[in-house]
Amino acid sequence: MTQTTPDTPARRQRAQIRVRTLRTDRWWLSPLLTFLGLSSFLVYGVWAIFDSSYYVPGSEYIAPFSSPCLATSCPEGARFLGFAPFGDWYALPPGLLILGLPGGFRLTCYYYRKAYYRSFWLSPAACAVQEPHGKYTGETRFPLIAQNIHRYFFYAAVLIGAVLSYDAVLALVHTPLGLGSWILLVNAVLIWCYTLGCHSCRHITAGRLNHFSRHPLRYKAWTLVSKLNARHQQFAWASLFSVMGADFYVRLVAKGVIAFPFA
Amino acid sequence: MEIERHEYDVVVIGAGGAGLRAAIEARQQGKRTAIVCKSLFGKAHTVMAEGGAAAAMGNVNSDDNWMVHFRDTMRGGKFLNNWRMAELHAKEAPDRVWELEAWGALFDRTKDGKISQRNFGGHEYPRLAHVGDRTGLEMIRTLQQRVVALQQEDHDKHGDYEAYIKVFAECTVTRLLKDGDRISGAFGYWRETGNLVVFDAPAVVLATGGIGKSYVVTSNSWEYTGDGHALALLAGANLINMEFIQFHPTGMVWPPSVRGILVTESVRGDGGVLRNSAGERFMFKYIPEVFKDKYATTEDEADRWYTDQANNRRPPELLPRDEVARAINAEVKAGRGSPQGGVFLDVSSRLPAEEIRRRLPSMYHQFKELADVDITAEPMQVGPTCHYIMGGVEVDADTGAAAVPGLFAAGEVSGGMHGSNRLGGNSLSDLLVFGRRAGAGAAAYVDSLPARPKVAPQLVDEARAEALAPLERSGENPYEVHQELQRTMNELVGIIRKAEEVQEALEVVEKLKERVRLVGAAGSRIYNPGWHLALDLRNMILVSECVARAALLREESRGGHTRDDFPGMNPQWRRKLLVCSTADGSSVTVTEQEQPSMRGDLITLFERDELSKYLTDEEMAAFDGMAKS
Amino acid sequence: MSYKAKFKVWRGEGGEGRLEDFTVEVNEGEVVLDIIHRLQATQAPDLAVRWNCKAGKCGSCSMEINGKPRLGCMTRMSTFAEDETITVTPMRTFPVIKDLVTDVSFNYQKAREIPSFTPPDGVRPGEYRMQQVDVERSQEFRKCIECFMCNNVCHVIRDHEENKPAFAGPRFLMRIAELDMHPYDVADRQDSAQQEHGLGYCNITKCCTEVCPEHIKITDNALIPMKERVVDRKYDPLVWLGDKIFRRSKS
Repeated sequence: MTQTTPDTPARRQRAQIRVRTLRTDRWWLSPLLTFLGLSSFLVYGVWAIFDSSYYVPGSEYIAPFSSPCLATSCPEGARFLGFAPFGDWYALPPGLLILGLPGGFRLTCYYYRKAYYRSFWLSPAACAVQEPHGKYTGETRFPLIAQNIHRYFFYAAVLIGAVLSYDAVLALVHTPLGLGSWILLVNAVLIWCYTLGCHSCRHITAGRLNHFSRHPLRYKAWTLVSKLNARHQQFAWASLFSVMGADFYVRLVAKGVIAFPFA
Repeated sequence: MEIERHEYDVVVIGAGGAGLRAAIEARQQGKRTAIVCKSLFGKAHTVMAEGGAAAAMGNVNSDDNWMVHFRDTMRGGKFLNNWRMAELHAKEAPDRVWELEAWGALFDRTKDGKISQRNFGGHEYPRLAHVGDRTGLEMIRTLQQRVVALQQEDHDKHGDYEAYIKVFAECTVTRLLKDGDRISGAFGYWRETGNLVVFDAPAVVLATGGIGKSYVVTSNSWEYTGDGHALALLAGANLINMEFIQFHPTGMVWPPSVRGILVTESVRGDGGVLRNSAGERFMFKYIPEVFKDKYATTEDEADRWYTDQANNRRPPELLPRDEVARAINAEVKAGRGSPQGGVFLDVSSRLPAEEIRRRLPSMYHQFKELADVDITAEPMQVGPTCHYIMGGVEVDADTGAAAVPGLFAAGEVSGGMHGSNRLGGNSLSDLLVFGRRAGAGAAAYVDSLPARPKVAPQLVDEARAEALAPLERSGENPYEVHQELQRTMNELVGIIRKAEEVQEALEVVEKLKERVRLVGAAGSRIYNPGWHLALDLRNMILVSECVARAALLREESRGGHTRDDFPGMNPQWRRKLLVCSTADGSSVTVTEQEQPSMRGDLITLFERDELSKYLTDEEMAAFDGMAKS
Repeated sequence: MSYKAKFKVWRGEGGEGRLEDFTVEVNEGEVVLDIIHRLQATQAPDLAVRWNCKAGKCGSCSMEINGKPRLGCMTRMSTFAEDETITVTPMRTFPVIKDLVTDVSFNYQKAREIPSFTPPDGVRPGEYRMQQVDVERSQEFRKCIECFMCNNVCHVIRDHEENKPAFAGPRFLMRIAELDMHPYDVADRQDSAQQEHGLGYCNITKCCTEVCPEHIKITDNALIPMKERVVDRKYDPLVWLGDKIFRRSKS
């Protein structure tokens, strides 16, 4: 009976439908685009980390992938607040030092998790499309249980956001003003929209409370964060492309491919 | 084939608001309780209720109290109500609503954190506890979760969730069983497997809802086939007030497949207005004499009321449902209807889009998804739809007991509480108040029994033969018989009635009775909807006959019964109830019964002027005597 | 306005069955459930389908239409091309009783395993005071009509029957969130959400949100906030340290 207590299991079986899905729409398109988008970002990222033209001295542009620049190998002006805690012994590209923070933030982000679980791991590729794995434990055990540390990456991402904002302001106050300054500014804004719309941020501001009415300021913050959070996916992609675009632009200027007045 | 057997103290038939509340009460009083319902647990028709539950808590306007609510209820029912029920209802509704909150319900709130209350047709003050426009869902879910909570308690205590309360979902009862003149159990079948089942129980609570599926245009779901009404009749109980059927003024009229689906009264309570094809707010023309001093006569005054209710009279869109339904019907008949045969209900020009989406979210979605109409930008088209039957099993107000010992009824299936017309919002509170009373009544009855009545094997055999008969015939398709019944009732015993038409309907019903005896259901017993319908037809036909016969006898127009040939209200008829019963199980007899006079302390709650519009001269003389002393 | 549509409807009992072809009339404004009813009335009187309100309020007529979980009563025929063959199958995650009707008892069992609303001692009915902003989050979840399509679409149990004992499904994880956010609920639900009801199985791929006919943001507003609340409890180093010390001092 359709009951709170089940009947004998013998007769009880799911509908035996052998096909993986009966969906007739182009359900594969979205995971495919996601796969291409994220892959291109990874490919670009690897190239960018090892590319050494990340700084434009005159305009004070620094490529976001390499900021903050914390090694003595960084050019004088590129160092964050003139600071270089990593000495000569550090011979690898300086971008590698900080890569883990924004990278970890995005890797453990609730939106990106959805995106790559669907597009890379096909678990599931789309709704009501059977996944190809025999076993599934989700985020219950190592390594995926580590996704729970997202909020610590969020704290780090706030710092990175601050650095990128500082970079943009630095480029903006510097004359002559170039297009790159605006690009860095737009990028910083999008990064903030993405970072502050994070689900962990939403939780920290007031999501963890059961009585919004007793904390009016935190509730106000929560409503603002919730608005950003509703567009988290859009900001995730917008900031992904803006950081890639800004980075690439700075490198092109640094390489002399683009020159003032456009730079 | 083996018949499954279960033994319980109380069997509740129906798992809507009344049934669940009754079951909760019976279980809380220590009775082993079964809930038997045709649908899945939590899908009952109560989920469709939108507006709210009327309870004079006085959270929004502190002038409200049970006496005002009592007056509104009697007024709405045109003084035909069972006044004791109306009294109990008005007094107990607040406690029942607060109880829901303690079980986890989350009503919308006032600024000071209490349960918010909204305006509704016929209610003098804002009185309806609500959750947006899905109050019924909130109520059913809360009661469902309360049942689960009790099951968890039983699990902790006895190691079995179902030790004291069990839900038999998708199970239909087709006969009540008796031992002598007392109830001894119920017979039914599992919809899913077609297996037969007997409940051995000294008390049965009927909470099966209404009869809307006898009509084509209805806001009711398939379950509303008058099962409880028919079961009670067949068991020897009486039905009263069956001629009174509420046609909700605002049902969807387009597309055809959703015709009849409800458009909540809250649309009007929150500012929506009715217009005809000429753009006229026609309700001002239809304020009846008895309500003249309570409703606004100009658009300006009506509009001011939404913001200042103390100094203005309410808009006529908020007249009791029967008045609004008749007005819409008249406008359409006069050729001033909307393109698809209704009138326009417009909220888009009255409230900002954002506000509409917040206050009426499910209406917004309903129109968007079913009719492709954006109610924030354009008016809806609406028309009357069969919504609720005021009539039902005649019960004792305090215990819900019917004439048959061991039989109880609560909710829509019981009659009397709402008189000739129910006010919006009074049904949800009715379910709670009388559900609890029927549960308690059944528990007390079980305690008072010296010995358990027995189920006679012969009755089981008869019920079995009756239930299996359609499967063994290869006769007419039951769907066709059903459609003919629906058309007949809709056209001939609908919102406006005439003697000849009702007579004609009765002739058709007689013919349909013959056809029902021959319908067959192809296929197996496993989840066979054709078979289920064939069995439900018996109930629908029996109940339709009650409606038609009572409608033919009552020669006046009152509330949910409008006779074209007797347009006025007649005080003599107010004193009479029409009682349906059946001796042979297939034909219905209707007799007149006098309505008991209202208790002195209740009748003196009304102004003399108002009473004189409803009461006979002798009754008025008695009133004057009382008022003097 | 009317035309003949091609339908494939899964028919069978207890799992065994096949897609049967039908050609059936469709009129303007109709929904898929209307067409199923027309099949019942004209071609297949014993075709089983569960339905009730036909207005998207009761959540009975959940089925899969062209492979997507949908309510039959809320899927308008005008969303399909006239020459399109429409495939209607029962929900895949639950055992089939007959045709489009499935045994959804899994959901009722899970509902029973979640401790009910637990108010603090001493608050009597009528004394509850809550602000609208404090109840709004839980109110969103209480819009749920229990169509069980979220549990049906969730790959954790749709594709892995073996996970059923350990996983309550989006519907009931949302129920936990609803109670956990209730201003008056005092029960501790965060540990059990993860340990007993399988919150960790959710990989937030959002299919539950995609299919929800009530448009409840199940993932963003219930499941993720619940995961974050568990993080507070289990992965916050300060709390963890406190627990360690507490346990040590106890032993």
